[in-house]
Amino acid sequence: MDIELLTNILFAMVRTGTPLLLVALGELVCEKSGVLNLGQEGMMLMGAVVGFIAALTTGNLMLGVMMGIMAGMAMACLFGVLAIQLRANQVATGLALTIFGAGLSAYIGTDYVGQGLSGFQPFIVPLLSDIPVLGKVLFSQDALVYLSFIICIVLWLFFKFSRPGLMIKAIGESPYSATAVGLPVIPARWIALLFGGAMAGMGGAYLSLAYTPLWAEGMTAGRGWIGLALVVFASWKVERVLLGAWLFGLASIMHLVLQGMGASISSNLLATLPYLATIVVLVLLSSNQSRSRMLAPMSLGKPYHPAG
Amino acid sequence: MPASHAAAPGASQPTETQRRSSENTIKSNTVSPDSFRIRCQNITKAYPGVVANDQISLAIRPGEIHALLGENGAGKSTLMKILYGVTAPDAGNIWFDDQPIALKSPAQARRLGIGMVFQHFSLFETLTVVENIALSLDKQQAGNLKNLAKRIETISSHYGMPVDPHRHVHSLSTGERQRVEIIRCLVQDISLLILDEPTSVLTPQEVSNLFKTLKKLATEGCSLLFISHKLQEVKALCDQATVLRQGKIAGTCDPRTTSTEAMASMMVGNQTTLGKRYRFSTGTKKTHCLEICDLTELSSSEFGTTLKEINLSIQPGEILGIAGVAGNGQKELLRFLSGEDLTSSAESIKLKGKNIGQLTPGKRRKLGVAVVPEERLGRGAVPDMSLSENGLLTGFLQNLIARGFLQRGRIHGYANRVIDQFRVKANGHGADAKSLSGGNLQKFIIGREIIQNPELLICASPTWGVDVGAANIIHEALIDLRDKGAAIIVISEDLDELFQISDRIGALCHGNLSPIKPLQHTSINEVGQWMAGVFDTEFQDEQLHSETPVKEYELS
Repeated sequence: MDIELLTNILFAMVRTGTPLLLVALGELVCEKSGVLNLGQEGMMLMGAVVGFIAALTTGNLMLGVMMGIMAGMAMACLFGVLAIQLRANQVATGLALTIFGAGLSAYIGTDYVGQGLSGFQPFIVPLLSDIPVLGKVLFSQDALVYLSFIICIVLWLFFKFSRPGLMIKAIGESPYSATAVGLPVIPARWIALLFGGAMAGMGGAYLSLAYTPLWAEGMTAGRGWIGLALVVFASWKVERVLLGAWLFGLASIMHLVLQGMGASISSNLLATLPYLATIVVLVLLSSNQSRSRMLAPMSLGKPYHPAG
Repeated sequence: MPASHAAAPGASQPTETQRRSSENTIKSNTVSPDSFRIRCQNITKAYPGVVANDQISLAIRPGEIHALLGENGAGKSTLMKILYGVTAPDAGNIWFDDQPIALKSPAQARRLGIGMVFQHFSLFETLTVVENIALSLDKQQAGNLKNLAKRIETISSHYGMPVDPHRHVHSLSTGERQRVEIIRCLVQDISLLILDEPTSVLTPQEVSNLFKTLKKLATEGCSLLFISHKLQEVKALCDQATVLRQGKIAGTCDPRTTSTEAMASMMVGNQTTLGKRYRFSTGTKKTHCLEICDLTELSSSEFGTTLKEINLSIQPGEILGIAGVAGNGQKELLRFLSGEDLTSSAESIKLKGKNIGQLTPGKRRKLGVAVVPEERLGRGAVPDMSLSENGLLTGFLQNLIARGFLQRGRIHGYANRVIDQFRVKANGHGADAKSLSGGNLQKFIIGREIIQNPELLICASPTWGVDVGAANIIHEALIDLRDKGAAIIVISEDLDELFQISDRIGALCHGNLSPIKPLQHTSINEVGQWMAGVFDTEFQDEQLHSETPVKEYELS
């Protein structure tokens, strides 16, 4: 394998991994606070369609991203009203959100199917992009990819060193103990949830504005679910989400690479790799019960009843 | 204030200590306007169907250790929640350092200098000690974690409560967790510390260490509100006591000069037999009902205790008490005995010579084993099912089913028999299990097993959270069952209870079982040593031959 092919594969890997990274980071924060939102796919689709329409009608890509983020947050809001305020079952609510988002995005986007726009262009970072291999892979991408790097670093610092990060971890572990020491459980869960919505919306907008600048019904193609799997795969650690996102990105472009090399493996079969990897990791994690419990937020998915 | 003292040990407030020693009898209703740390007047709080606090007044001076005594349901925890800002009273006034205050939240209470140690710890298991403490402080108070860790070390050594700030809470023992809770209060400038039944989870040795710490705090001017129903401890520690009964003040007294009997009668309001020792039995000695041989098993739960070479046997017609602080293997032992967890070799547990270690709970029940687990809701009873249905859950062998069909009438009758015989206060057999108070549900669960006349009854904390009257009913029923020839294992944290009803006693510590001795040949101190893991006690004690063992606390 020559160096240029390798560079290209890695470049595509980072690009493919970016929407996964965005949505998984959002869900990671959300789950750290104890909220399990299975509506990622729906939120991404809404982010993708709204972002695309906004960018197409105004001609402003950044505005498109902003609107995509807003759409994701609006969906998260819906989830929050049901699952946080009214304490509905989080799993059921999340599934409903995914189905709802898929239907609504298809409806909104009917008239925009097949239209194209010129999406985000790569921004070549001076000097850094001259580094062999890495320069192309990491520093010749578009603005949203760089943003995903920054968010990743900020979140890592946030959970490692900051007080609000500690608070969110504590709330995800035991909301009742958190109440007893005076932490704002409900507001913190809302913020974490809305951040998750924003990230999913951005991930969706990345797809429709940068990755493949167009809108097609159901264009996320299960990336929301991969994002959810990724959080488990990464055992709720930010740095592992980054690695995992790129690994999953690599897995999903493998079929192109292999075809290019003349191997004939069904692309459908290859597309199952991320899920297989997640199952393997889940089995490895749960083989040691005490360790897996230490990793997952202890009250994940459990509704919180204040004063109860 | 304790936190500033931690920085400069030895500097106490002489005026307060002098005042404390000169006037140690305070009547809560005759309040002079000055010099109270906290004073509340006519606090009233009603919940649907019950007045939890009815015109409660009480006052605590700086440096005073004030006991709040009462049975479960007397209104202690409501009052404590009001004083800590968790619930707001319907009526009444509170003054703190002679300023009228309206407490709206625990955060506000903490800002004023009120700290609270909960009965059920509010610690985050996956975080370290210092992280836990940082979370309960304001950002400015907490500072950076390194400095906070130093402050924690200073305070813990000053008050004799060793704890490593960098350990994860899940790796700490119960006693250590309580220390963390107390230190968490002390790192803030507190002048009133409320402790909710702090000794219920400690070994006697840990209790005496805790009391040393609390006394030291008090001499430095911090006021303490000590909530308890253990009279001996109140006598050993407190300067003043307020006794609650059914939401009202039943009396106030100086516990140092008042007899425990007098305080007990204030608490319960009538002449119930308190701490009465039931008659002994030595078993029928013919056969072993249950034998446990070299039971060594890993716990099935995450932070559980490994059982190590447990050996014991019990004869028909005796009660074997197993003491120990929660989390030392009781839960695991119960699970292996009940069949919720199966032993790795069937020979580890024998019932009348038959290996039952690998039989499921249902099969064991058919052989005459009945089990009362510790958690009432969820394991002992299904919260959303009626008492009839909950009765059927373990009473399925009592001819309640005919040809595969449920016999409604018999099921209701069975539940009603339990309700009548054990004086369960419930809205009939159709009441949901969750609608019963903890004590009443406990009576129902115990009753439902006893009424089946099992050959072997294993029960955990049979009277936990049950009032004295109901506890007597349960104890008498256990004694009757024993006299009918049943073998009974009682696993309990309550030493008083075990000394009332057991014929032989042992203790669990870190998954090891102590020697088992007839109750007359041991003492509460020796059992206390066992609970702390000291098993080779050649114990010389003058109380050895006394009728009722007396608790003693070492206090300097």
